[in-house]
Amino acid sequence: MKALDRKLWRDLRQLRGQTVAIALVLVAGIATLVMSLTAYSALHDTRARLYAEHRFADVFAPLVRAPWPLLDELRRIEGVQAAEGRVVASVNLEVAGFDDAVNGLVVSLPDAHQGGLNQLFLRAGRLPDPLRADEVVLGEAFAQAHDLRPGDTLAAIINGRRQVLRVAGIGLSPEFVYQIRPGDAFPDHRRYGVLWMPREPLAAALDLDGAFNDLVIALGRDAREADVIAALDARLAPYGGLGAHGRDLQTSHRFLDEELGQLRVMVRLFSAVFLAVAAFLLNIVIGRLVNTQREQVAVLKAFGYSRWEVGRHYAGLVGLMVAAGLPPGLLAGAWLGRGLADLYSDFFRFPSLDWSLDPAALVLALAFALAVAALGTASGLYRTFALTPAEGMRPEAPPTYRRGGFEGALPARLFDPAARMVLRTLARRPLRTTLSVLGIGLACGILVMSRFQDAAINEMIEVQLGFAQRDDLAVSFTEPRTARAVLELATLPGVAAVEPFRQAPVRLRHGHREHRVALLGLPASGDLRRLLGPSLQPLPLPSDGLVLTDYLAGMLALAPGDTVQVEFLDGRRETVALPVRTLSHEYLGVGAYLELGALQRLRGEQSSVSGAWLRLEPGAREAVVRALRGRPGVAAATDRAAMIEGFRDTMAQVVVTFTLVATAMAAAIAVGVVYNSARISLSERSRELASLRVLGYTRAEVRALMTGELFTLAGLALLPGFVLGYGLCALLVWGFESELYRIPLALSPAGLGTAGLVVLAATAASALAVRRRLDGLDLIAVLKTKD
Amino acid sequence: MAAPETREPVFRARGLTKTYRMGEVEVPALRGIDLDLWPGEFVVLLGASGSGKSTLLNILGGLDAPSAGEVSCQGHPLTGAGEAALTRFRREHVGFVFQFYNLIPSLTARENVALVTEIASAPMTPEAALAMVGLGERMDHFPSQLSGGEQQRVAIARAIAKRPAVMLCDEPTGALDSRTGITVLEALARTHRETGALTVIITHNAVIARMADRVIQLSDGRIAGEQRNASRAEPSELSW
Repeated sequence: MKALDRKLWRDLRQLRGQTVAIALVLVAGIATLVMSLTAYSALHDTRARLYAEHRFADVFAPLVRAPWPLLDELRRIEGVQAAEGRVVASVNLEVAGFDDAVNGLVVSLPDAHQGGLNQLFLRAGRLPDPLRADEVVLGEAFAQAHDLRPGDTLAAIINGRRQVLRVAGIGLSPEFVYQIRPGDAFPDHRRYGVLWMPREPLAAALDLDGAFNDLVIALGRDAREADVIAALDARLAPYGGLGAHGRDLQTSHRFLDEELGQLRVMVRLFSAVFLAVAAFLLNIVIGRLVNTQREQVAVLKAFGYSRWEVGRHYAGLVGLMVAAGLPPGLLAGAWLGRGLADLYSDFFRFPSLDWSLDPAALVLALAFALAVAALGTASGLYRTFALTPAEGMRPEAPPTYRRGGFEGALPARLFDPAARMVLRTLARRPLRTTLSVLGIGLACGILVMSRFQDAAINEMIEVQLGFAQRDDLAVSFTEPRTARAVLELATLPGVAAVEPFRQAPVRLRHGHREHRVALLGLPASGDLRRLLGPSLQPLPLPSDGLVLTDYLAGMLALAPGDTVQVEFLDGRRETVALPVRTLSHEYLGVGAYLELGALQRLRGEQSSVSGAWLRLEPGAREAVVRALRGRPGVAAATDRAAMIEGFRDTMAQVVVTFTLVATAMAAAIAVGVVYNSARISLSERSRELASLRVLGYTRAEVRALMTGELFTLAGLALLPGFVLGYGLCALLVWGFESELYRIPLALSPAGLGTAGLVVLAATAASALAVRRRLDGLDLIAVLKTKD
Repeated sequence: MAAPETREPVFRARGLTKTYRMGEVEVPALRGIDLDLWPGEFVVLLGASGSGKSTLLNILGGLDAPSAGEVSCQGHPLTGAGEAALTRFRREHVGFVFQFYNLIPSLTARENVALVTEIASAPMTPEAALAMVGLGERMDHFPSQLSGGEQQRVAIARAIAKRPAVMLCDEPTGALDSRTGITVLEALARTHRETGALTVIITHNAVIARMADRVIQLSDGRIAGEQRNASRAEPSELSW
């Protein structure tokens, strides 16, 4: 081994503390990158395979009732490769031992001879006997939530008739990867399930013999989806077509898409942030490290090593420090990515998850490390490269000390000499101090960002499900009913207040922009469902005209005062023009709102309602839920508390896990930065500190100087750190903004506090780590060497 | 041993001027130096601190460039030479010894010498170079395990190992006590004797001047005087 290489290894060993700290920063960056990347590709690939192997349909068209022979005509539409008629019905379910209202969606099994779109994956048991009316395949999520197995039974109220069903098998479908009750914000697998049964008995139960009420279509390779949808809408209009749509509006696909999109944002955003931070930190650390080796650089050059050879030597040193972070980063990232994907599969139901550490992720991680190394070390290495030997031999020009501005501004007696020394040291090198503060601030910012989602979710729940939606139970009817039905609900014992609502599927059009949404008619004097303004104050409902969610208005490029075309997708399918009056602010979903009476007038109805919100007396929940279960015409009763609980069980768990990981990563970065600052400060100032000891300062006093400097830097970094953190959160909010939800930019004091505490704890740990070296300063040796 | 003046000098300097900027002040270090140094000479540059002697040495060694004036080595101009040419010049022809030894702390004595022999074209072995300075027994010690005098002798071995045309020594005894300093000077006298390299020592210690062929006095950035010793003293005869 060459002498220069030997120097490299020995330097590396001597700098092992700093190497570990630098590697830690890299590990955090690479692990985050690999975690998000592999989780993303696992979900993406798994979905693609499921869709292909189980023939997920391209176009979906719900309708009221169409005769079977119509299918032949629909199959002749240009671009349609396969068309399959189905029977679909919302039902109420009863599971032994579970008292809450449970809703279900019954779907007829794909006909085997048609090739079958949306084929089932059977997890357990078998398909139902096509001739038996009481056998079903149960969706896995629901089956697991109630611990139902093949052979078990449950009851369903289909078309008003109670029927006992036997579980033949447990299955999954590409159509229901994400299962959520229509209108709900979060999945609740205990209160909503999907089941499949043979078509003929189901059609018979629904009085749909020889007919279908739902259509799924696979498109040919060159088909234009929009054309097929337009053709379908035209043919299905006489049969009560509710508007065909592509996968983009299919609930499960949309949520999955949204989640994948968010993961993609996370990959990009977190990788970019970690890349920038890691590079910045390396830049500081390497720059100062190289400075401490100034003389050695000069000697090597004096003896005839070229600047390239010296540059290569230090590049090697840095390269090895960076490389040390690569394998643990990959391993940690792979392990976390696997875990994250598993968590996702708890609420995305796939037959199996295709997780792999694919070469693309490895290459990207490598590129990440290289980019960090290149960006972070270029300037330090350049200085090594450019340093002329004579300059390196000369002591650096003595730093210019000035009476700092802070001393003029504050009475001198506020500072003891030690504090003055600390402050002067920091003030004499404003650039270095700024960089150190910025470095620690960045670590603090990442911590703030990682703690942010927790607070944001709480804020989301509090505002949406505490402030805007204040009902205890939301009851929806199987079909629109008169105001009498609402009065009946009010008479149920335990019900304190009832407010009716009317809901209608519409398509909103403004210029070339359009969007499908449920138009909700609310009572003007309502209190259980409130619209909120931009600063979350309740908005008065205008007597005519629409209120739109601000995000929806943005999608349609609408502002208050504009007029929007509203096309009803049910009933007489009338189209009306309505003015937009105000915009409401909400975090979950998007909506269009109208005063209840105005909506009823528009549709030419007297007092038709789709359901009602109930406020219950304390302790009356059980009784009311039981009473509702027996009532005909009640389709679903959504329990707000259960909804929140369901959300906390699923999505929140993913977020919290991710948050925990990100916090650990950010903490690693904080430790890496602070420790390195401390170590380098020590090596830069050992002579000065030893001089103080010679002059009679005690160990404790010298220690206090060093510790004082570290804590001053950390303290100075907190505020900029919070500001940086706020900026990063804003970036995250912007990246995650979607039609399904917008994360509020809500930073909790607790989140900021945690971030600050982690930074201070890292500072304390670093101070302890350098203390040993500080105590061991060899006074004579330090003073004998050249300044 | 006076050099015959008809030969080509190793170094020829004319009108060397150097001004530094140190922080906020301009420091003139050299104010017009004319100088010839001949092969095989043992020269002592004598001067108080701040006289410009280190600056002169750095310029002769290709570590620094003058602000004005010219210097050439064996007929090749150093002024205006590029970084690569100066690096090659140092690598092949110059051996440096510094006041504070400047050994690489993470390398042993042998490895410190090897650092230089590995890149020179016709070096002696590190072992031979260390034996020449009397350190054949301590080759595998790290700098921190060696005394100051021993460290400086490693530095001399490191400088001589490449068989340079010139040895440039900047206060080689400056950090050492008298007794140790003399062992270092003995090592330098021996390497000079055995290799015949032009050896230049800069020092503020007038006693050392007695072992030189020629003594050049520097003061305030100028040559203040020059004298030849009729006979060179042995280092063992010196004391301070």
